[in-house]
Amino acid sequence: MSEVLETPSDRLLAAVRQLLTDKGVVSREEISERIQATDAATPAQGARMVAKAWVDPAFRARMLADGAKAAEELGIPMRGMPPLGVLEDTAEEHNLVVCTLCSCYPRAVLGYPPFWFKSAAYRARAVRDPRGLLREFGTELPQAVKLRVVDSTADYRWMVLPLRPAGTEGWSEEQLAAVVREGDMIGVTFPKVS
Amino acid sequence: MSGLLSPGTKVRVRDDWPETRGPCHIRTPHYLRGAEGVVEKHLGAFPNPEDLAFARPASRLNLYHVRFVPQAIWPDAGGEALVVELYETWLEAA
Repeated sequence: MSEVLETPSDRLLAAVRQLLTDKGVVSREEISERIQATDAATPAQGARMVAKAWVDPAFRARMLADGAKAAEELGIPMRGMPPLGVLEDTAEEHNLVVCTLCSCYPRAVLGYPPFWFKSAAYRARAVRDPRGLLREFGTELPQAVKLRVVDSTADYRWMVLPLRPAGTEGWSEEQLAAVVREGDMIGVTFPKVS
Repeated sequence: MSGLLSPGTKVRVRDDWPETRGPCHIRTPHYLRGAEGVVEKHLGAFPNPEDLAFARPASRLNLYHVRFVPQAIWPDAGGEALVVELYETWLEAA
């Protein structure tokens, strides 16, 4: 016989779920569906989008126009999620995403944010000293490349579409997706081929 | 500012501090109050979060990506552009 340890937050969660279903706001199935979608959301989803954008110019255009629609094309559930904006890196300009107010993050395609994304230090420095911040991530941005910092303050969630790294010519989408990491889609690092 | 703003329009963020007047929920960062920027893109219209947060009826507001020069906000800032989502009610003509 083992006793299940129940915390106050467990009881609160159970009560809220019960109320939501009793009042017909959402069904148990919808709650389970959302839990599954949340658990399935990892940076691998965003990486699949980036890899496809690198090999398919039409998909790239659709992704830049409407990130959420492009995600749905790849079977990533976006229902009820905030709009997804995609920031295109070019040879001249690099994007970096921060949420100075809280921790807005494109969870549908990147999963839970890394711990540092929510830290006061990251949020303060990303807007004021972004080049110094990038150096701490081991990212040396050439002076000629402009740095565009996007502070995610409202209804959109933002991900970076990084440049395809050299040395990946002829690679499959799966191979390409494997080199795209979480930080590459936040903009603190670049995809690297080892 | 009401009416649809086109890209390139110069705007100023209202130098207003509702947090000094009582409970509120604001999506406009402190560091931008009073700052001048340029509209980059219209992002759509969304219910006003300042009302949503208090379960009040919320009207839909135009939301813009507005670009700022970081050095105009902090003289020692790095980076070439700072782009922030702002609602039309926080923007005035510059």
